[in-house]
Amino acid sequence: MNLDFTPEEQAFRDEVRAFIAENYPKHLGDVGLREDLSREDFLAWHNILGEKGWSVPAWPVEYGGTGWTPTQRYIWSEENARVNAVMPLPFGVSMVGPVIYTFGNEEQKAKHLPGIRSGDVWWCQGYSEPGAGSDLASLKTTAVRDGDHYVINGQKTWTTLAQYADWGFFLCRTDTDAAKPQEGISFILVDMKTPGVEVKPIKLLDGGHEVNETWLTDVRVPVENLVGEENKGWTYAKFLLAHERSGIAGVARSKRGVEKLREIAANEMVDGEPLIEDFEFARKVSQLEIDLAALEITELRTLAGEQAGKGPGPESSILKIKGTEIQQRLTELTLEAVGSYAAPYYHSVANDDGSNEYPVGPDYSAHAAETYFNMRKTSIYGGSNEIQRNIITKMILGL
Amino acid sequence: MDFNFTEEQDMVRDGLSRLVREQYDWETRRKAIESEAGWRPEIWAQLAELGILGMPFSEEVGGFGGGAVDAMIVMEEFGKGLVVEPFVPTVVCAGGFLKHAGSEAQREEHLSAIIDGSRVFAFAYAEPRGRYNYADLETTAKKDGDSYVLNGHKAVVIGAPWASHLVVTARTGGGRRDAEGVSVFIVDKSTNGITTRDYETVDGRRASEVYFENVSVPADALIGEEGAALPLIEQVTDEAIAAHCAEACGAMKVANAMTLEYSKQRKQFGVPIGKFQVLQHRMVDMYTAYETAVSLTYLATIKLDAGEKERKRAASAAKVGVGQSARFVGQEAVQIHGGNGVTDEYAIGHYFKRLTIFESEFGSVDHHLKRHVSLG
Ligand SMILES: Cc1cc2nc3c(=O)[nH]c(=O)nc-3n(C[C@H](O)[C@H](O)[C@H](O)COP(=O)(O)OP(=O)(O)OC[C@H]3O[C@@H](n4cnc5c(N)ncnc54)[C@H](O)[C@@H]3O)c2cc1C
Ligand SMILES: Cc1cc2nc3c(=O)[nH]c(=O)nc-3n(C[C@H](O)[C@H](O)[C@H](O)COP(=O)(O)OP(=O)(O)OC[C@H]3O[C@@H](n4cnc5c(N)ncnc54)[C@H](O)[C@@H]3O)c2cc1C
Repeated sequence: MNLDFTPEEQAFRDEVRAFIAENYPKHLGDVGLREDLSREDFLAWHNILGEKGWSVPAWPVEYGGTGWTPTQRYIWSEENARVNAVMPLPFGVSMVGPVIYTFGNEEQKAKHLPGIRSGDVWWCQGYSEPGAGSDLASLKTTAVRDGDHYVINGQKTWTTLAQYADWGFFLCRTDTDAAKPQEGISFILVDMKTPGVEVKPIKLLDGGHEVNETWLTDVRVPVENLVGEENKGWTYAKFLLAHERSGIAGVARSKRGVEKLREIAANEMVDGEPLIEDFEFARKVSQLEIDLAALEITELRTLAGEQAGKGPGPESSILKIKGTEIQQRLTELTLEAVGSYAAPYYHSVANDDGSNEYPVGPDYSAHAAETYFNMRKTSIYGGSNEIQRNIITKMILGL
Repeated sequence: MDFNFTEEQDMVRDGLSRLVREQYDWETRRKAIESEAGWRPEIWAQLAELGILGMPFSEEVGGFGGGAVDAMIVMEEFGKGLVVEPFVPTVVCAGGFLKHAGSEAQREEHLSAIIDGSRVFAFAYAEPRGRYNYADLETTAKKDGDSYVLNGHKAVVIGAPWASHLVVTARTGGGRRDAEGVSVFIVDKSTNGITTRDYETVDGRRASEVYFENVSVPADALIGEEGAALPLIEQVTDEAIAAHCAEACGAMKVANAMTLEYSKQRKQFGVPIGKFQVLQHRMVDMYTAYETAVSLTYLATIKLDAGEKERKRAASAAKVGVGQSARFVGQEAVQIHGGNGVTDEYAIGHYFKRLTIFESEFGSVDHHLKRHVSLG
């Protein structure tokens, strides 16, 4: 047993670090912490990585992947987290991309993969519906064949950042008489500019706009946008969800978050002493670090398994549960750390004069509450933590 | 032993409950907190008319001779509707200082104006680097002939944008964090040299950063004895803690009821999600957390008139236990609501937000655990 990185891996880390230092857009470091990101902000780093050939590291080399080992990919994400980089969104890179190169036909690969690599085409995920959340298979949106087209009708919800999307991948019911709800579902690519697609914002309780309702009314989509076989969409959907879950642990980002928390707690004073020297608070930070260390090793063990050829199994549910719990506790502790300045609502105190100086309380307090509120989503989306536990119950414990 | 309420108290509760139900429905509240003013002076006037603003004051000063239990009843009902009007800063805090230590003249001037609703207060005690220690003050008040001159910066003063007057803590002597040398003043907010930066809070209220630059106030702005106000501040803030704990109980009660109701309506996998035992047990824990909070709130309220140490222990115990319950209930309620729980449109998220910010007012769980320990 050995936790050290090999000299090659060490050299790889140096190379990556140098590349990031030279190429990561400087202004984004700040933006990532402070503001709702614009479309350009989200894509800036993705575009640069596309040119370098590093935007889709996990893909097979023939489709533009890097051929990095899982450990190298891990190092890559750690180094990005170090600068709090705005990473390529998962919808194209880790979700629809792998579905297309695994199950799509040659035309679909040629048409869609380059735009995902470069970051020029923005994708969104149209799975959930108002009545179909955890029970995704109960979805009702229909796609009815009409000559060379499918005609899609229904309502999707929670479509993350669909307001910027060029394309979406949708699960639609193509056979309403199927014996089981999982059967009769198809995986269809939709140009978001098609008439009948309507995206309406949902405001979350942190005040931000990151999700939408997506209404589909008589949306005519050419049949060549069907991925794989008709009525076999559930298979692809499950394949995709496994990809969605990997990386959800967010270890590198949480490590950076703990560093920030320590900085905040060194600055906040309790009875004249820095908060970080307050035993009760320090104890909680240590506990968090211990849990994070355990998560990190668990993730490395999973990676090692993958490197040895074992695919990510139901163990990834452990990563999801622990990773999101740690993210939530981290933002909770950050909220505690800022004390009274948790209360001001950032959107109502932003400067009128356009200057960047946060006018109320220390800079680091600006988003503490909103981030805490926002992070409650992590135990709900991507398969809620209850659903993850159900998966472990069945798949690992065999109950 | 008697956990019953008097007939009058039941009447007050019924009246308020009706007011909250009829005039504080979700949409009306939303419009009010999003309006420029951010609150409804007409509700305030109504509260005055109903006698709510005068309830905890003795009959001699025009009040209704009630006490802490009455404030608890009021705040619990307010918590159920997430009422934003500044009852705690005005009635509990400013009213408390006046009640305990105000001079005849001060009471005459301010109490009747509180009771009839014409004067609204905010309590400016927190400072950017003072955290929850009331003696850790950088704000100073220097005696200058017949006046005091105030300088300093008060942080997150809840309700200040609505207030005509402020109760301000400041150091008149001693060193930073000394128990001696802390004083309290009543200041007209329009006094020269006071500037504010007003903003919304994440839980739908309004607050200000308040800056004092050579603000000259008459000597009779001082409440109680110069330099000896720390015990008084502790007494009044313990009263505020008991009131806010009651508010949190009200909010938890509604959050639990909403969650239970949602779990019966929301179907996944062909059954209401409330049929999943894992969620049932969580709702049992939420219910238990609420009951625990109610017990500690009763304790804190009843002990407000006990000896200093007993009172402080009970207030801290409540702030710890209710704080923990509030956090737990808020988080679980959102989780069981799934995606809907994190939207602005669903009420549950707003209960969660109020239950979150509750902790940073008048001391966090950690702060009060430590205070409890230090009291032995
Ligand atoms: C911020 C955000 C972004 C999202 N982005 C997208 C997106 O881009 N595209 C997309 O398609 N979807 C997206 N989603 C949807 C997300 O996948 C769903 O919210 C999630 O699947 C949960 O469904 P639900 O919200 O309907 O909750 P429900 O399924 O109604 O669940 C409510 C509660 O019941 C629990 N529960 C449900 N079933 C069981 C069970 N069998 N046993 C125990 N407990 C159970 C849940 O864990 C939860 O606590 C997003 C959601 C959020 C909040
Ligand atoms: C020290 C001790 C003294 C006792 N004294 C007496 C005595 O004087 N007289 C007497 O008659 N009995 C006595 N008992 C027995 C006691 O009442 C039983 O142990 C108890 O009812 C649990 O039954 P069990 O041990 O068969 O566990 P089980 O019923 O087999 O339960 C095992 C586990 O499953 C859980 N479980 C069971 N059903 C459910 C469900 N529906 N949902 C969720 N979880 C469930 C239980 O909570 C437990 O965790 C005693 C037991 C102990 C340990």
